[in-house]
This record gives sequence, C-alpha cells and structure tokens, in this order.
Amino acid sequence: MDSFDFIVMIIKVLFVGMLMVSMAPVMAWVERRGSALIQNRLGPNRMGPLGLFQSVCDGIKFAFKEDMISSHVNKFYYVLAPLVSLVPAFMTFAVVPFASNLVYEGHEIRFQVANLNVGLLYVISIASLGVYGIIIAGWASNNKYALLGSLRSSSQMISYELSMGLALVGAILCYSSLDLNTVALYQGQTLIELGGFAIPKWGILLQPLGFLIFCTAAFAETNRLPFDLPEGESEIVAGYHLEYGSLKFSMFMMAEYANMFTASAMMVTLYFGGYQLFPGMHWLLEMMNLSGLSADIARVAFEMVSFFVKCAFFMWFYVWVRWTLPRFRYDQLMDLGWRVMLPLSLINILLTGVLVYYGVI
Amino acid sequence: MLVKAKTSLTQRFYIFDIVKGLYITMKNMLFAKKVTIQFPEERRNYSNRYRGLHYIKATNGVENCTACMLCPTVCPAECIHIEAGERPDKEKYPVKFEIDVLRCCFCGMCEEACPKDAIKLSNIYEMTVTQRTIYEKDFLVEQRGSK
Repeated sequence: MDSFDFIVMIIKVLFVGMLMVSMAPVMAWVERRGSALIQNRLGPNRMGPLGLFQSVCDGIKFAFKEDMISSHVNKFYYVLAPLVSLVPAFMTFAVVPFASNLVYEGHEIRFQVANLNVGLLYVISIASLGVYGIIIAGWASNNKYALLGSLRSSSQMISYELSMGLALVGAILCYSSLDLNTVALYQGQTLIELGGFAIPKWGILLQPLGFLIFCTAAFAETNRLPFDLPEGESEIVAGYHLEYGSLKFSMFMMAEYANMFTASAMMVTLYFGGYQLFPGMHWLLEMMNLSGLSADIARVAFEMVSFFVKCAFFMWFYVWVRWTLPRFRYDQLMDLGWRVMLPLSLINILLTGVLVYYGVI
Repeated sequence: MLVKAKTSLTQRFYIFDIVKGLYITMKNMLFAKKVTIQFPEERRNYSNRYRGLHYIKATNGVENCTACMLCPTVCPAECIHIEAGERPDKEKYPVKFEIDVLRCCFCGMCEEACPKDAIKLSNIYEMTVTQRTIYEKDFLVEQRGSK
C-alpha cells in the first residue's frame, strides 16, 4: 500500500465516519419537521434556515448537561454500554459500497471502506452486536424498568434477526455472492427490455417477499416504530436508557440513527440496486458526452447521488412509517415475528431455490 | 359479550392497509392546511368582548374615573385599590388607582359596575411579566382599546 492508497483510505474512513456522526442531528431535524408536517403542524422553524440549527442547539444542550451517574448503578458497565451500542453501529457501514470502482493512474479506488468478500455476513454479525449495548445498559442501570426494557429489546432483536437472516438467504441464492460490491454489480444487469426502456435486475423485482420480510425485520432490529417496544412511556418509562442523560443518552440516539442508516443502506444495496443509477440517468450521463477520467468521475458522482438518494428515501420511510402505524403490543410483536415472518421467510427460500434451480432468476 | 370484529382477508395481510395509511399521512403532510399559527407574526382574532388588559378611559386627556369606589366594592377578587382626592375645581378623582393583576380574575364586573364608563378591559392578551406586577394609574390611563 503506497501513500496514495493510504490517503484515499483515510479520506474514505473520514467520509463514512462523518456521515455516521452527522446522521443523528440531521435525522433529528427530519424527524421533528416530518412528524410536525404529518400532524398538520410546522415544527421547529426558528433556529436558522428551516430550523436546521435546532439540532445544533440540541447537541449543545446535551454537551453542557450535567453528566449524572446515579449511585445505584454498576459504574463500569454503565459507562461501557453506550460505547458498546455506538461502535458496532458505526462499524457496519464499512462494507457498503456507495459507488463503483474508479481507476486513477493505475490505482483502483474502491468506494467502500473495507472490501470484504463476506461483507453481508459481516454486516449481520456486527449489527447483532448492538443488542449487547442495550442489555448491558439495562442491567447496569439497576432499575427494573430499564431491565424490562432491555429484555424486551433483546428478545425482539433476536427473534427478528432470525427472519432477517433467512430473508437474506433468498437474496444470497439470487446473487450467489456475499460480497456487496458484486451484489450491486449484479443488479446492474437488465431484467427485461420493454420498448427500449431497460428494466434493471434490481433485487426488489427478484425478491419482493424477501424485501418485505427484510424491511419489517430491519424496523424491528433498529427498534423503530411500530416495533419500538424497548421504550414505552406508559409501561416501562424510557426503557433501557432510563438512567442515562446528557452525552451518554445522545450516544444511544446516535447509535439508533447510525443503525437506521446502515439498515437503509443494506435495503438499498440488496434490493434497490445499490449504487446502480436510476433508470434514465444513463441517458443523462451519455448526453454529457464526456470521455476518459472526467467520464469516470461523472459516473461515480451520479452513482453516489443515486445511492444516497435511495438511502435518504428509506431514512424518510422510517419517519413516515413511524407517524403512520400504531405500535404493536408485545405478544403481537412476537406473534408476527415467529408465526408470520419466520414461515414466510422459509417459503421465500423454497420459492427462490426452485426458481434458481429452474434458471428463472 | 365480547364480539370480535371480523377482519377481511385483505386486511389480514396488513400490507394494503399500511400502504393506504402511508397515503393518508403523505396526503396530510403535503396538502392539509396547517392548524398552527406562527405566533408573533400571525395572531388570532379575538372577539371584541374578550376581557384582557385593563385601562381607564379618558376624555380630553382626563380620566373618566371619579373615584366612586363602585369597582373595588363589586370586585370579587378584591384586586382594585383606589385612593380618592380632590381637584382644584372641586372634582373628585383617583390619586391612586392600582390593580393587583395577579389577583384579578378578569370577570369584567368592574366594567359593568362603572357608572362613568371609566374602567375597561381591552382585548390585549399578552400580559407576560417577569415579576409580580401591580398596575399603577400612569400605566392604566394609556388608551389601549376602542371600547
């Protein structure tokens, strides 16, 4: 690895890291304004343009709040828990490719922090580590509400991980690869040609059922509504982060939004063509009539735009669903997880297997 | 007797109903009229009969009040304090006219009792203060309303 590769690597790490850190304030703003607009209000619009600095104010508030540690908590695990949930949340995005490779003076630049050939397994395994942060937080808080919240959260996450993993098996059967870059490239192929308009081979068309299961499980995994059982004002107050305040609480929040972003990125990469351009953007690229390096850079820029637009849509989808659906009762949640999602994902594997065997997909 | 509502087959799949719900929220977000107002810039119109901040009506720069003591008598909250005095032209007038506004319940009985059309409740409703306030006469004689 020479110095050029090293610098490129540092830039990539910084870019992805900053993206993850900035996700919490941006999403806090989106969530507030979005919820307000859906409820026929306007939301916070005083601080800065469109109320964008409201999140900055929140950050300042969190930073200057007194960092309380209650006397009855287990201090070591209490301090450890936010880190344990934050670090895996930031790590998972490392293998997600956000543009195709670019060759610059003999160097191949990958738009992906780490190129693992088992990227998909890496994401699932690291994402499932997040549950430890929650269970440690609940246990270390030495508070029955916090413990109940973390128990709920962990049982929910483990139940839904099952159907999530099985839904991914169908996708893996289709793409016959665990490398996310290969998966994204595979989806660039044409499924059918309809009068000059090529419909790309995106995962949603190959695996509609798989996408539904994965999407639902991702909502449950990230503890978002309608599956936000870990928190419940009327039942268990704030759940696992009941005893946390100031920056430690904001670390849980950042972990939640980072998880949401990774889940959206996974949905995009596996089922919505990853960084593949939107239908129609190819023509725009051809119309620009570039050649050589500038053409490559334009292509990468277009790919990054389409990847992040798709991700942004799914981030908005989280907020949108949050203000549309009422939350599930706990037994309904378990019922849905074990008696609906699990059989459905098994059926999905069977169907995919049959279709792949007969060469349809 | 507990009667369970029947759910139709399409409802039991959830998906269609979820899509319907998403459509409704999006419709509300994009097209529904916002119910909130942007307060300092926009204000609601209150009725003319609204009873807000007090003032003493004046004609030709002289307050109408003759310190007849009807309003402190009728006041159920006992928040009006008047000290009467005499003008050089032998007319009675209030030397002091104080309203302890924290006691005031804005019932408007002083306004009804007043024979001289002096004490009035305007429709100003922004009366926020940072400390306990007693409205003095100088403050009350500012003409704040059209009543």
